[in-house]
This record gives sequence, C-alpha cells and structure tokens, in this order.
Amino acid sequence: MTKITGIGASSKRREDKRFLTGKGRYVDDMNRPGQAHVHFLRSDMAHGRIVSLDVSAAEAAPGVIKVFTAKDFEGVGGIPCGWLITDRHGQPMKEPKHPILAEGKVRHVGDPIVAVVAETRAQAKDAAELVELELEELPAAIDMRAAVAGGPQVHDEAPDNLCYDWDFPAESKDAVDEAIRNAHHVTVLELRNNRLVANPMEPRAALGEYDDADDMHTLWTTSQNPHVIRLLMGAFVLGLPEHKLRVVAPDVGGGFGSKIYHYAEEAFVTFAAKVVNRPVKWTSDRAEAFMSDAHGRDHVCKVELAMDAEGHFLALRSTTLANMGAYLSTFAPCIPTWLHGTLLAGNYKTPLIFTNVRAVFTNTVPVDAYRGAGRPEATYLIERVVDKAAREIGMDPAELRRRNFITQFPYQTPVAVEYDSGDYNATLDKVLQVADRAGFEARRAESAARGKLRGFGLAHYIEACGIAPSSLVGALGARAGLYEAATVRVNPTGSVSVFTGSHSHGQGHETTFAQVVADRLGIEEGAVDIVHGDTSKVPFGMGTYGSRSLAVGGSAIVKSVDKIVAKAKKIAAHLLEASEADIAFEDGKFSVSGTDRSVAWAEVCLAAYVPHNYPLDAIEPGLEETSFYDPANFTYPSGAYVCEVEVDPDTGKVQVMSFAAADDFGNVVNPMIVEGQVHGGLAQGIGQALMEGCVYDESGQLLTASYMDYAMPLARDLPSFTVDNSACTPCTHNPLGVKGCGEAGAIGSPPALVNAVLDALSPYGIAHLDMPLTPSKVWEAIDAARPAAAAE
Amino acid sequence: MPGISMTVNGKPVSGEVEGRTLLVQFLREDLGLTGTHVGCDTSQCGACTVLVNGESVKACTMLAATADGAQVRTIEGEAKGGAMSVVQAAFQEHHGLQCGFCTPGMVMSITDLLRVNAEPSEAQVREWLKGNICRCTGYHNIVKAALAAAAELRAQPVAAE
Ligand code: FES
Ligand code: FES
Repeated sequence: MTKITGIGASSKRREDKRFLTGKGRYVDDMNRPGQAHVHFLRSDMAHGRIVSLDVSAAEAAPGVIKVFTAKDFEGVGGIPCGWLITDRHGQPMKEPKHPILAEGKVRHVGDPIVAVVAETRAQAKDAAELVELELEELPAAIDMRAAVAGGPQVHDEAPDNLCYDWDFPAESKDAVDEAIRNAHHVTVLELRNNRLVANPMEPRAALGEYDDADDMHTLWTTSQNPHVIRLLMGAFVLGLPEHKLRVVAPDVGGGFGSKIYHYAEEAFVTFAAKVVNRPVKWTSDRAEAFMSDAHGRDHVCKVELAMDAEGHFLALRSTTLANMGAYLSTFAPCIPTWLHGTLLAGNYKTPLIFTNVRAVFTNTVPVDAYRGAGRPEATYLIERVVDKAAREIGMDPAELRRRNFITQFPYQTPVAVEYDSGDYNATLDKVLQVADRAGFEARRAESAARGKLRGFGLAHYIEACGIAPSSLVGALGARAGLYEAATVRVNPTGSVSVFTGSHSHGQGHETTFAQVVADRLGIEEGAVDIVHGDTSKVPFGMGTYGSRSLAVGGSAIVKSVDKIVAKAKKIAAHLLEASEADIAFEDGKFSVSGTDRSVAWAEVCLAAYVPHNYPLDAIEPGLEETSFYDPANFTYPSGAYVCEVEVDPDTGKVQVMSFAAADDFGNVVNPMIVEGQVHGGLAQGIGQALMEGCVYDESGQLLTASYMDYAMPLARDLPSFTVDNSACTPCTHNPLGVKGCGEAGAIGSPPALVNAVLDALSPYGIAHLDMPLTPSKVWEAIDAARPAAAAE
Repeated sequence: MPGISMTVNGKPVSGEVEGRTLLVQFLREDLGLTGTHVGCDTSQCGACTVLVNGESVKACTMLAATADGAQVRTIEGEAKGGAMSVVQAAFQEHHGLQCGFCTPGMVMSITDLLRVNAEPSEAQVREWLKGNICRCTGYHNIVKAALAAAAELRAQPVAAE
C-alpha cells in the first residue's frame, strides 16, 4: 500500500512553494545596508611570476574604497587542506601554501591577484582594468604525464610535481603482481576519467559583514557545510574565534561537491568587511566559476584484470595519475586515495587488489570532489575493464558479473572496507527486466533497418556513503571527524523544531527529515520544522556531501528523538501514575499497557514546560535533546544500470534511447525525492560520458570557460529514465536502515553508457574510447576502423 | 542616466538606469525582484527568463532601457491570491525542482510554451527547453510537470478575461 505520510511516503516538498514563487533566499539575493562590492583581478596566465604590480590608478578610480593585494594578507594563513595523505615511503604529502591572493607567482588561469572593493560591482570591475600588472610567463605544467616526468615545477617544494605517491594496500603488491603474471587471461585497459566542472546553476557568492559594536563577523556563503567553513576559516586562515564568527548558508542553488570547500573569496570578504568596515559582497559570474570553482575527476589510469579459464577474477591492479591542480583544495588528497582505492573491489569478490596513485600538481584550477568523488573513477575503471574482459573471452557481460558477484554479507574486501549488505543479483535481475533485455535484439534489428547501430550497456556500482566513522577516517588522514549533529526541540504545545548540521541545497531535507521525525513521534509532518544552514542556530555539524545527510544526519535526529521519547515516557508515567516500564508510546499517545489510560503527546509536552504536576526531583523540565551520531561504518548503496544507445555511423552522433536504473539504497524515506536524486545523477553521468569535458590548451588556457564551450546536458540530450528502488537491502548499522542516494546516478551511468556505445561499435572492433563520446571522436573511430570492418 | 518606466507584474514601476544596465539587473537590484536569477554570462542558462509583452525573454539579453514601456511578468507575479499557477503547482506535484535556482526561469519558459502550444509532445517540451539549463533534475520531472500542466490547462474551462 502506498504510504501517504511519514517514512515511505512521497510527501510533496514543503520548500517548493518559496522556490516556485520567487521567494527563495540565495546569497546573491541578500543586500546589507552600506554594502560594497568586490571584483577579483585574476590571472590570465597559467604560470607566471609577478614582476610588478601598481594599483594606484585603480585606487583613484571612481567609487573605489580599497584595493587589496597579497601585502594586505601578511600574517594571514593560507587556505588549509583538510586531509593528510602519507605516501608509500611514509612521508607526508607535499602541501604548498595556497594564499588568498597570489604571492609572487600565479599558478593557474583564474588565480586571484588583486581585489578591488568599490561602491558598485561595475565600479570595482572598471577599476580592476586600471591595475598595472606585469607577469613574466613561465612554462606551464598542464599534461599530468609530462608534469611528473620533469615538467615545469608548479611548486618548488614538490619535485616532479608529486603531491604524493601512494600504494594501497602496500602489502598486496607482490601477490597481485604474481597473480597477474600467472593468470590464464589478463585484460588490460588504459583510460582517462575526464575533467569536469560541477556547475551548480547558482554561481558561488559570499557576503561578509563586521559589526564593531560587538566584534562580530558574519559570512553568508554558498556552502554545503557552514560549520566546516567557520572552523577552517576561523581557526586556520583568519584567526577568528568561533563565537565571534557566524557563517550562514541560506538557500543554496546546488553544490554537487563544489560548494564543500573553503574558498579564498569567503575569507576575503570576511577579512575585508572589517578592514573597510562595510559589508562586502562577491558574486561569481559563470566565466569566473569555471576558473575558480574546484573541478572534478581528471584521472589517467591503467588497469589490469586477471582471470582464470572460467572467468573468475583473480587479481586487479591499477595505476593512476590524479590531478590536484595548482593548489590542494579542502578534500582533494583523499579523493583518489581513500574514496577511490577502497572501492576497487566493486561488486566482485576479486581476492587480490593493488593500486598505485600519484597525485600531481599542474597549472590548472584545483581539483576536488564532484558528485561521487573517487567512487565514479573506481566504478568506471572496474566496469569498463570487466566489460572489455567479457568481450575478450566471449562471455555475456551480465554472466561474467554474476560469476564474480559478492553474495555473502558482511563482506570484508581486500581493500579495507567491509560491506554490510547488498544483493547484486537482485538489482541485476531487476534492471534487465525493466530495461527489457529480452527485447533488445528486436530493437537492434529495427535500428539497423534505419541505418543505426544500437548498443546495450550494463554497469554495476558500489559506493561508500554515509561518510564516515571518525576514528577510521582519522587513521586515514582526515583532520576532522565526520559525525553529524542534531538538536530536536519540542515546543510547549507539541510542535517540533529540528536543528540539523546537514545542509540542503536541493535534496529536500526540510521535507524528508520532517517525515522521519513525524513518523517516529506519531505526529503530523506539518508540526515539524527543520532548521539548517546557520552556525548561530544549529549545533556544530559537518554538512552535506558523500550522500551522508539521511544516513548520518538523519541518524543524529533519530537519536535525539529517541532521547525525547525516553524522557517523555517518564513524564507520562508521572502523569498517569504508572510505572515507566508500563508506558507504551504509539501513534502520538502514551498509554499504560493493558489499560485504556493514556495521555496525548501534546499534554506531555505542555507538562514538560509548565511543570506544575511534574517529577521535578527526578527530571528537568523542558523537552529538548542534542545528539552527535558517529557512524559505525560507511553505508554501501549499490545498483545496476542499463543504457541503450543508437549511434549514427555517418555522423558519429550517439543518442541515448533509454536508461534504466535499479538501485539498492536500503530503506527509502521519500521515494519521489530519491527518484529525483537518481534522475539528476544520471544526467550528470550521461553528461560526463557524452559531452562534458574541461579542455586546457598546452599553455594552460582554459578553453571551456563558458556554456558555449562546456557542453551541459540539455533536456533534448536526455531520455526519460526508468528508475526502480524495489530491490533493497536495509543498511544494518544505522537506525533508519538507509544508505544514501545522492551520488549513485553519477557513479553508475558513465560506464553503462560507454559500454553501450562500444557494444554498438562492436562490428568495427573498437575496444575502447575515452569520454566524452562526442560525435567527432566516435566518427573518427568508426572511420579509422572502416577498412578493417569492410575487409572481414 | 535615462529614466525608464514599465509595468511589472501589473504594477507600474520606474527608475533611472545606466545605459548598460540589463533588464535582469533592474529587476533584481532596483526592484528587489530576486526571483529572477542569473546563472551565466553568455545567455544560455535561462535562469533569468521572464515574459516581456507576453513572450519569454532572457532578461540578461535585454537592456533595461529596451524594456521601457513594456509589460513584464516575473515569477513573483505568477501566484494569484496565494494560489500558485497551474504550471507552478505542476512543478510541485511532479517534483520538477530541487535546488530551485533554475526553477523561476523554467516556470516562465514553460508558461510561454503552453501559450504557443497547448498540447506539446515530450519531444517538443525537451526541444523548447534548449535555452534552459537545470543541473539538478535531469529534466525528467520538469518534462513531466510541463506535460501535466498542459493537460490541466486543456481541461480547464476557458476563463473569461
Ligand atoms: S542568466 Fe540569462 S541566460 Fe543565463
Ligand atoms: S533545480 Fe537546481 S538547477 Fe534546476
């Protein structure tokens, strides 16, 4: 039966009305009295030495309040990195300083050099053109392979541009080498995971304000995690104590990872607001976003999969170059290591796995997590090599997967993590059914009759979400814990306000979290309000990324609700003159078991705040609880995706004909929202596979810095999707049994699509193509293969 | 600075703008109508879509001075007496929005589509939206909302204007 309220119901989103009527409050919608504007003069060179810098003309320009350069930030910290990787020699990674404004050198196109604060944005921009800047161009490290082979040095302290050289698990290396040497068959694949830009539709913005009356700083910023920004910026950059710094992330227009990090512009407006004693606002334009938002992916890999004669996987070995860009962004070092290496088992019981990852500095924008972060890279590598292996040994790709699936849980992988639950055969069966695999050959023939090549592509994925157990990530180099916090405040008349450290920037937490609380308390969803995004209101929280909000943030809420119920039972026992052990709480009512005596939720709440008849000697008045939930393990969502494409051999154009997803997210609180998350992830993954890609030329110019050059998927590029969540196995270690759904679509879809295109191109014997599969790339491959195909 | 006046959401407004001021800046900064968004600087994302004299226009491609004398409708004018328009309501019903940033532009664009084509096919909706980018929804539910709104509008008795 379809539920209409609480957990499992597709409740309509309460946040929608404000967004649909133009009443959303995004950072750029805010204006403070006396506000000034900043414009950043950014490097148009990938690598250069600042020879001279004269800002006097800019200072004299109309409306200019102050012009800032690196000199103004002497004594101020650089932008910190939140994760320390220890390399294979036991050495800490190289961690060069990331200044707020360039100090002596610029290291990527977009690196900010000068900041002009003026009365209006236009005046700040106009004045920036008057800055006299002489840059001496230096050779740039752009291609990673060249950068690590004696290319130009991005940072003096990082020889060969190596940030770290990491082996994992180091002790498996010899055994893996030997298994590969002796295997019956080894499939080898070299591939690239293309560099992407997250591109939330709301560009970043930051507004700083300083109140000298009480020495209070406020930063409004487009962030997925305001407390993390407060901690990083306050403690490590500006030296501001937390109680004098408030960070607010109001409505935020999408993030996909790119709004996790602490950015220089946030520190700048906070700092400058005090210096000029005016609120200072910055809003990125799109071109600026392309050259200052952290980019994603950008791995170059080689993978080898060893099999026995029956197609059982024996060992997997990969080597990866991972681009860090010019500076280390907040989470950057952990993406190709702990969020990538630990997922290399995929859905398979490969007994031996080894990877080497070298992280490389280049003269490009910093690279960090983008939807999936490390897990899409791992999934792509595995699912491509498995598909290639199936083709090489002449086995059905679905059968080869089945043969190697993990089927017993919990399952300890050879790459450190333990999967708690899953049923990979069930998601595979489901996806083959909803994608109508049985009807594929008929569809292929129909396409062929129209001169088109049809392909069927399958991919599985596993991801580690619900990030993350603090003691584990601490041991792996994280400089923070990854719990989540929640305060549940019951109001005197029984309505509930929830203060969560999670942050919603499209995920619909205001609806979903209310469903959870209402369900557990047996009250109306409308009686529950969710507050998030303001460090002056919510307890210290770690924010939203890594599909963690419901699994970790939701669990913190549940913990608080459970404490509330426990206390309320005591109050009810007093009111009912019964023993606490006999009190049952159900459907918003406390009753004495085995009797018809009961007291309603609202009466107990009122008694807690008007404690006239109340056990004051035993319990305090009030009904409010705060909890910090630190997960026992990651969660492991998994699923199977099928993509069907048509390739036009005359133009190379790939059309996605259908896309079906069968996901296991554990229990689902709001199916409508979960399906929406999958849709969005699929679009981003299809975008990566088909059209998106960041291009730098040899000199380090970013050629794709607008929507004219960076292809964003449009409605006409995509089909409607078929999404199924029915093959679900609950998470075993959090109270809701949930796993997280935000990233899955972007993780599983690129290999499914590429596998489909290569299936379509199989008559031409094309074994691999790198993403994005643009018409020109596909056509060139077909054209090069034509003579061979014709000769057969 | 030239003085301009226009009708926005049925109300007469006027102001003084620089020649280079865009309509979207005038709406957001001078009139405080921040429901119209700016998502790009190359006229591609459609977050700024409004109706000018009944037709959808990207407010970042039009100078405020060019809209002098025009009838402008923004997202703030779509709900009447607290009730959302058919298109707005369909977006909520079918989960056609997530972060909400592209949403005002999407609603205005689809409102215009349904004016020119009362019975669009899915392919026509997808083609019409070539000037509106959404990064959150994968368009699936936006298309669904548009088709549902079209059906709903067709089923309504023609209102006397
Ligand atoms: S802001 Fe007008 S099209 Fe993007
Ligand atoms: S809902 Fe976020 S961009 Fe469309």
